[in-house]
Amino acid sequence: MSFPPKRILILGATSAIAQAIARKFASSETQFFLIGRDIQKLDAVATDLQERFRCMVHTYQMDLADNSRHQEVIETAKKKLGNFDLALIAHGVLPEQDEIKNDADAVLNSLNVNFNSAVSLLTHMSDIFEQQKTGSIAVISSVAGDRGRKMLYVYGAAKAGLSSFADGLRGRMIEHGVHVLNIKPGVIATPMTEHLKKGVLTSTPERVATDVYKAIRKKQDILYTPGRWWAIMFIVRHIPERIFKKLSF
Amino acid sequence: MAIGESWGRTFSAIHTLRPRHWVHQSLPQNIKGEPLLAYGLGKSYGDSCLNDGGVLMPMQEMEHVISFNRENGILRCEAGITLETILQLCVPAGWFLPVVPGTKFITLGGAIANDIHGKNHHGAGTFGCHVLAFELLRSDNSRTLCTPDSNEGLFNATIGGLGLTGLITWAEIKLKKISNACIEMESIKVRDLDEFLDVSANSDKDFEYTVSWLDSLAKGRNSGKGVFLRGNHGTDSNQELKVHSSPKLTWPIDAPNFLLNGLSIKAFNFLYYNKQFSRKKRSIVHYDSFFFPLDSVHNWNRVYGKRGFFQYQFVLPFMEGHMAVRDILNIISESGQGSFLAVIKTFGEIKSPGILSFPQPGVTVALDFPNCGRKTRELFDRMDEIIISNQGRLYPAKDACMSADAFKSFYPELEQFRPYMDPAFSSSFWRRVNN
Repeated sequence: MSFPPKRILILGATSAIAQAIARKFASSETQFFLIGRDIQKLDAVATDLQERFRCMVHTYQMDLADNSRHQEVIETAKKKLGNFDLALIAHGVLPEQDEIKNDADAVLNSLNVNFNSAVSLLTHMSDIFEQQKTGSIAVISSVAGDRGRKMLYVYGAAKAGLSSFADGLRGRMIEHGVHVLNIKPGVIATPMTEHLKKGVLTSTPERVATDVYKAIRKKQDILYTPGRWWAIMFIVRHIPERIFKKLSF
Repeated sequence: MAIGESWGRTFSAIHTLRPRHWVHQSLPQNIKGEPLLAYGLGKSYGDSCLNDGGVLMPMQEMEHVISFNRENGILRCEAGITLETILQLCVPAGWFLPVVPGTKFITLGGAIANDIHGKNHHGAGTFGCHVLAFELLRSDNSRTLCTPDSNEGLFNATIGGLGLTGLITWAEIKLKKISNACIEMESIKVRDLDEFLDVSANSDKDFEYTVSWLDSLAKGRNSGKGVFLRGNHGTDSNQELKVHSSPKLTWPIDAPNFLLNGLSIKAFNFLYYNKQFSRKKRSIVHYDSFFFPLDSVHNWNRVYGKRGFFQYQFVLPFMEGHMAVRDILNIISESGQGSFLAVIKTFGEIKSPGILSFPQPGVTVALDFPNCGRKTRELFDRMDEIIISNQGRLYPAKDACMSADAFKSFYPELEQFRPYMDPAFSSSFWRRVNN
């Protein structure tokens, strides 16, 4: 695949990080297939890309939590774009853990969006990638998936599963010339994290987009973004559990 | 809750933050009766962009482009887009913003709400003169399309209306055609105020952009001494339409207060005035260094240290002898408090649609003052008096000190403006000047 990718599929295209990544890759030669739940947001994002970069944008409105429609949406995207140079899984929800911790339905709902729907979509597109023998699959996971912790374990569990899935998929895809990037953002200031306290470690969607752009060019496997999160999570992963279990974060 | 600061760093305010992301979102519903205010990039110097104890709605993420016609230069964007982003978009297509201030790090909504002006005021008027339309979201969640011809009252009140008439969701502006990204400029040393006024009057016809750097410490006969800059967009279409690059430097820490003192400012002024040997120098420069020299250092406001600083910008009508301008320049130079950032320019006759728009025909001077507490405020009081008695006015976007009485005499149009205000919107500035 030549870089930068020209035919780009984005699932969860109205998220702040997805928008920043789309702008980073967009040029007059880019063709996007954007999927999102809210038609007004989706239109705003599509129009913005068209007017800024004079690129071609297809949109498809659907709730990605509805796993029964995944085959249909991937087939439609394939028809419109031909091949996929880049597919980005960017949809997800960040549940308020304290509110849902005793509500099994709510826990399963968030797992469905953050894990089930993502792996279902990846499975539907994996065959296409395997056959086209080129392209990148980028999955937005999270540093929260690196270790289960008190304040964020429902979200973390889904992202841990997603990371495992993406890393395993990479092994399957390597012999077919397909690149799989597992993106692990730290705390990013977006609408999804608006209710969280922001500290000095908080970064921006633009920073994530710049890092993702470079990682796709270099065909990197796992991306901590911003880069300092690699070191932070290295430490977090190595704290003995008997101490870690008492930490409140 | 979040603590907010404005650019001058002399205020800090506590806010409930409600960032805006999408045009179609409705306004937050009356959070505990707290007043609302949109917030761009916080480059206003005083408290006009703050809303202490109220709700601040950061607009930065509402930055989608809605339409850009590269044939006729008409651009419609969400209000949180920055002038920087607009330039990145329009310069390669051969278009430029019709009016730019001294920084590109402000939002489109902020440019309208403060009805900003630039070095081309004498030929182009204010930013508001180039606004074709915008949508105003009011606290009853009604949306009004405002243009010079429809809902004209609300249109005129919102331009320069300090964000008090509602929330601008998107706006449409007319850009200006350019052939390349360069400015062909001349810098001319001027010895005093008379020479400045002469050069300025002679430049207005042939030069789109004029401004003069002012040595605020020059006394008596030398008062008004400085370096006059004038320029036009380059006409050579073989030259590149190259966009600016991102700032490379960040001022890392608060400077100690003693860094800026009489001596260091004198030294700076001496060097600036004498950096060119000849009286007149011609050069071709990129638009970024011509319009936005300070943008190359992020957070330059930290150079004034923790105490913060004030900016004082006034306009005085043209008058025989310009005694009022001379009086003020003398007061400043004798006080020795002025800083190295001082500019003087003449405003032209083009009237803005904005009811509370600041520019009016005359001489405008903008200066920075390190915050020296009472000493600085007393200096402002003395200058305010001269400005009031000479029918001049101060610029709310820069102001941190003016009294309610002063505001009323500066802006006799106030009563015409009030009916258009949104009852749920307010700002720290507004409460201060309506005490």
